[in-house]
Formats: sequence, C-alpha cells, structure tokens
Amino acid sequence: MCGIAGICHIDGPDGVSLNGIKRMIGALCHRGPDETGIYLDDQVGLGHARLSIIDLSSGTQPIHNKDKSLWIVYNGEVFNYPELKKDLLRKGHRFYTTSDTEVVLHLYEEQGPDCLKQLNGQFAIAIWDAKKKELFLARDRVGIRPLYYTVLNNTVIFASEIKSIFTNESISRRIDPIAMDQIFTFWTTLTPRTVFKDIYELPPGHYLKTSGGKVTIRKYWDIPLYSRAEQSDLSPQETCRHVQDLLQDAVRIRLRADVSVGCYLSGGLDSSGAAALVVRNFNKDVRTFGIRFDSDRFDESKYQNLMVSYLNVNHTDLKATNEQIGASLSDCLWHCEKPLLRTAPVPLFLLSDVVRKSGYKVVLTGEGADEVFGGYNIFREAKVRRFLAKYPNSQSRAELIGQLYPYIFNNPRLKRTLQSFFARGLDQIDDPIFSHFIRWENTSRIKTFFSQELNEAIGQYDGYEQVRQSLPEGFERADDFSRAQYLEMAIFMSNYLLSSQGDRVAMAHSVEIRLPFLDPRVIDFAARVPSKWKILGLNEKYILKKSFEEILPKEVTSRPKNPYRAPIKQSLLNEKTAEYTKEALSEKSLSGGGLFDAGKVTKLLRKAQAVENLSEIDNMALVGVLSSQLIHRQFVRDFPLRITDPVVPALVVDRRSEALRAVS
Amino acid sequence: MDNSVKVREFVVENFLFGDGESLKDDTSFMEEGIIDSTGILELVFFLEETFGLNVEDDELVPDNMDSLQNIARFIDRKLNASPAAEA
Repeated sequence: MCGIAGICHIDGPDGVSLNGIKRMIGALCHRGPDETGIYLDDQVGLGHARLSIIDLSSGTQPIHNKDKSLWIVYNGEVFNYPELKKDLLRKGHRFYTTSDTEVVLHLYEEQGPDCLKQLNGQFAIAIWDAKKKELFLARDRVGIRPLYYTVLNNTVIFASEIKSIFTNESISRRIDPIAMDQIFTFWTTLTPRTVFKDIYELPPGHYLKTSGGKVTIRKYWDIPLYSRAEQSDLSPQETCRHVQDLLQDAVRIRLRADVSVGCYLSGGLDSSGAAALVVRNFNKDVRTFGIRFDSDRFDESKYQNLMVSYLNVNHTDLKATNEQIGASLSDCLWHCEKPLLRTAPVPLFLLSDVVRKSGYKVVLTGEGADEVFGGYNIFREAKVRRFLAKYPNSQSRAELIGQLYPYIFNNPRLKRTLQSFFARGLDQIDDPIFSHFIRWENTSRIKTFFSQELNEAIGQYDGYEQVRQSLPEGFERADDFSRAQYLEMAIFMSNYLLSSQGDRVAMAHSVEIRLPFLDPRVIDFAARVPSKWKILGLNEKYILKKSFEEILPKEVTSRPKNPYRAPIKQSLLNEKTAEYTKEALSEKSLSGGGLFDAGKVTKLLRKAQAVENLSEIDNMALVGVLSSQLIHRQFVRDFPLRITDPVVPALVVDRRSEALRAVS
Repeated sequence: MDNSVKVREFVVENFLFGDGESLKDDTSFMEEGIIDSTGILELVFFLEETFGLNVEDDELVPDNMDSLQNIARFIDRKLNASPAAEA
C-alpha cells in the first residue's frame, strides 16, 4: 500500500519540477514510509511513496515495461496477480520484478483500459504512456483506495490525498458550499465532489485519460442491480454453499503478502466470520486487533472475548477512552480530509497505531458485509415503512418499528411518538430515495447552523434531485431493497465507510486494510441473491449468518446487530477536551471560518453542556460543526505548504530535457 | 408570562437554537423534524417542571405534543382538570 502523486501537462511539454513532485510525495509519507521513487519527463511527473508488502526487494516504483515506454505508480494490491501473470508469461511478457504492480502495467500494455475488468483488488493507478503521451488514472470498483485530482491551466494534478495536491502553491484552498450542503444531508459529498472547491475524486469504478489535450472520464464498473428475472433461483442452502466458497477464496487471495497479515476482530458477525475463515483454513496463529469502549452502549467486549477464546487467537485490544477520542479528533481529520458527523472514525485511527506498533502492516476487516448482504437498519426500516404505508393507521404494523431500534424504543413512553416519527413521508413510497428519506431529512436539520453567507452560496441547490438524476438505468426495475442497497453503497460506503472509517484512518499509521466482503465476485453473487433471502422478514444478513453457522458460535450468529458507534458529546466535552472544543466553537473562531451562525452554535454548546442525554441530531451537529471548523483550520487557514522533511528518493528516472529542466 | 409563550420560547431556544421565525402555532414538530425522540423527553421534562404537570404515558401522543397549539390545549386541559380527576 502506498501513496501516489503527479502532474501532467495535457497540451504538451511544459516543464516539471522535481522539487514539486518531492513535496507532493512528502505529504504522503504516512502512506508509504518505506521508500520513494519519481519519474519525470518534460510533460509529466509521477511520484510514489511505498509501503512494501509484495516483493520487498525489487518492487521499487515507478516501474516500466520492457521498452520503457510505459511507467506506472500504483497504490494498492491486485490479489489475483499470480493468475494474471501466468497468462501474460504465456503471451511472451517478461518481468524484472515479482510485484503485482508490474503485472498491472503489462496487462495495461496488452489490453488498455479493458484490463481493469480483470483486476480483483483495491487500487489507484497512474500510468504514463511516454510514446502516445497519454496519462491513465484508474480507481478500483468500489473506491477502497483514494485518488483525487484537479485541473488547472491545462495541467492535471493528482494524488492519493488532497493535502498532496495542496502542496502546489498555485492551487487555491477553499471550502465548497455545495459540498457542505451535501455532507450535512448525506453524511458525505456526492462523487466526484470533495469538501474543497475544484478538487475532485476520481469516482470509484472509473478511469481518467488525458490524450490530445483533452481529459475524458469513463465508468468501467457499477454496483450491480439485477431484476428478479436476472437473479438466481438457488435454494438458501445452495446459496450459502456458494457464499462460503467465495468468501473463503476472497480471504485466501487477500492473505497474499510478503509480510504477516492480521485481522480486525470486533465481536460482530462480519469481522468474526472473516477471522474464523483465516483461522480455520489458512493461519491458526493469526494476530487479531479490536476496540473497546468505556461505555456499555458502545462496547462489544462480551462478544469480542467470546470470539477470542473461541478462535484461540493472540488478540490485542485498544481501549478507546472518551478523552482519547476527543483529543485525537483533530489529527484524525487531518487524514480524513472532510467534515464528519460521527466520532466513530477516531477509534479506528487509534487502533491502526496499535496495529503498526505491533509490527503489522496489513489487516483483513469485515467492512462491506452490511452493504453487500443487507445488514443495515436503514434497509429494514424502509421495509417496515413501506409495509406500514399500505395501512398507515394499523397499530400492529406500526409496532414493528419498535423491533428495528430496540435501543431507542426501550422507553415505552416514547412508543407513539416514535411511530409517528417514522411514519413521515409514507406518501412518497414511489420516490427512488424513499428508503433514505428520514435519515437525510434528519441530517439536513443540522443545516440550521449554517451561516447566512454559506446559505446564500448554496442557493437553491437540491441534493435530492442530484441523487435522483444520477441513478443508473435499471434502478427502476430493481426491487426496493436493492435500490436502498445501491444508494447506500454509492453514497455512504465509498466516501464515508471505506474512507473515513477505512483507508484514511488505517493509512494514517501505514496500515493497509483488505476487505474480503468487497471482492467483486462476492459483490456480484450477493447481488444475484433474491432480496427476500438477504433480509428474511426482519432478520438482517440472513444468508451471511447461515453461511457462517458452522464456523461461528451461535451467540455471534444470532445476536442482534449493534452498529459500530463511538461517543460524541462525552468525547468532545469532557474535562480534558471541553476547553479545546469551546475554543474551536467560539464566536471568534466561527466568524473566521464563516461557515456557521455563531449565535446558534453557542446555544447548541450551552445545551450540550446542560443536558445529560443529548439527542442524536444535536450530537451530530456538535461533531459536524466542530469537524468543519477543524478542517477549515487545518487545510484552508493554516495549511503547511511544506509538510514533512525533504524526501530522498530511492529511484529517480529523470528524462527531462536540459532546456525545460532549467525553467521548471 | 403566558403559558404558550413559555413553551414557544423553550422550543425555539432548545430545538431551533434561536431561529423561531418559521415556527407557527400549528407547525408539526414531527413532520418538520423539529423534535426527535430525545427531544420529546426534554419537552415533557420541561412541561412537568414548569407547569407542575404530571404527563402520563398514554398522554405522550402527537395529539398532545406535536405542535405549540396542541401543547397549549393539553396544558389548559391538565391545569383545568380538578385535582380529583387528575389523580
């Protein structure tokens, strides 16, 4: 796992600065602390910061093809590279390293952008074709690895993280008002927008090509949506057998590495299942890592302990205290590079530090299972609300809502109130965003804290309409559950789960996560399983639970799902952190950022300190406002243009002409 | 101070953070997403403390709680009920 960065003048030679690329790479050293490499010619500069995992001795990047016309820098892993390499060898390709990087380059040489369809992995790639003068950027299907870019004066500037792009002094650093509207509705921006104006992400499943002075972006994969007729007719038992085989193979190829691979183990179904597959089939001595919390509301120790003794693994846990979570929010945001409405990324940020200090660079995680196999409450909520919409006055139907959120409904006084809360929008069951309507409406309430200035800049922008317009062909034909699943994967998964709770917080401490549940074969097979088997009645992840029955204790397969969350108010306003939080939310700080209404935020802060149990929305508002302020502070106001020590590359391929070298 | 003014002030201060312009007497708290489950408990606590009421479980329904107007009616009814009836 690594970091990549570069620039490309799309109109032709214009000079490339070695120091500029060094600075960009310097900002990514946490992603690749082991070595760096650079390629330069008169039109392009490519930089690479390496975390050595496969081919430790000879895999130094950039890597070239036989005639040195193609150059690649690459962040990620292609797990099926040994199989792809065999084919290429048969076709006469010869390799000078044993890395997966070189395999990807030769496959591109052979097939062009079509090669992406054969890659089973997680990656962000940059390939420069020095003969055709074409830059090719690509990102894995679901967006496990990040890749950002901007285009300025006919120059494409790209990098694994935005801070690397910002080391170019000519790039302006501004918060994008529309992005703020999106984040405070959907919990994240809608791709390709980022929170920074004019900085874009290359969307998951897309590639970008520069050729003849033009930039084109194409989709090569989308989240599968099958109509019932295209789905399988296998029995649940047969389905489970396939799921078992696929997951076992997805885990097997994700253990390919020249370093040890560990596992995250929370005690939940997904990470327990992945860890059990490793222990039973591949490595009974695998090291596991998990998070614990102060408060019982968040802590999963009971199940984590159960799994540790069941698998008999060498487990290391991190107790994420409220003080630590609050104190680390700012550092965590430096890596996430976007405002957050949750503190849940922070414990994962702290955990990767423990993993790294234990000598591990790679871990398997259970991320993605809830999206692929139907684990989220929002899927069940939509199902119940749809059921309720048929007979809105039915008391027995309304009672089902209580089963969805037992941890909210534990107060019987609230029954009727909550039922009417979830009954909102029942007349809109035909709206494609029906499933997410309540969540997005609730989140939107936080926009009440936006400043007048920000509101004016947002104007009449309508995020819901943008989502509706972006839906793919086939969305209408898919069933209700598959639609909700699509929205969840397209919006929440890549930009929040895989980013702020995935790559960014792991790579902050040079740890690579690998996600067997997001193996493209698993995603595709699961999409072909009829929805009724994924959520049987209201029993979420039914097929996955059944598939794990033989390898997990019954307590784990039958336990109610407890969503991974972390405390907010208790973390941000405790004895150790309250002063910092109050300073960041002071009238002076707020007016400096210009994003929020200081009067309202002061009232929120007062309420947060006075009330014992702060509501869900108020908690989200608190962390949303604070994290936006901290993002503004770190990236707009105080951005350090020279972030790290100067880089001393292990490899520099410098093909610049004397004339242009002098001007750059 | 008039009872309904007190309630209005509480709602504006605690749920709208000072921005009460669009809050009408019949604005539905639920439909407009002004108050959520935790909010309802705060509201009930406020009513009980401020007006010396005792809100029963079966009174915690939208008809009593979902707008300023409904709350005002509810308070009137409770305060005007005879002590015997209230017990």
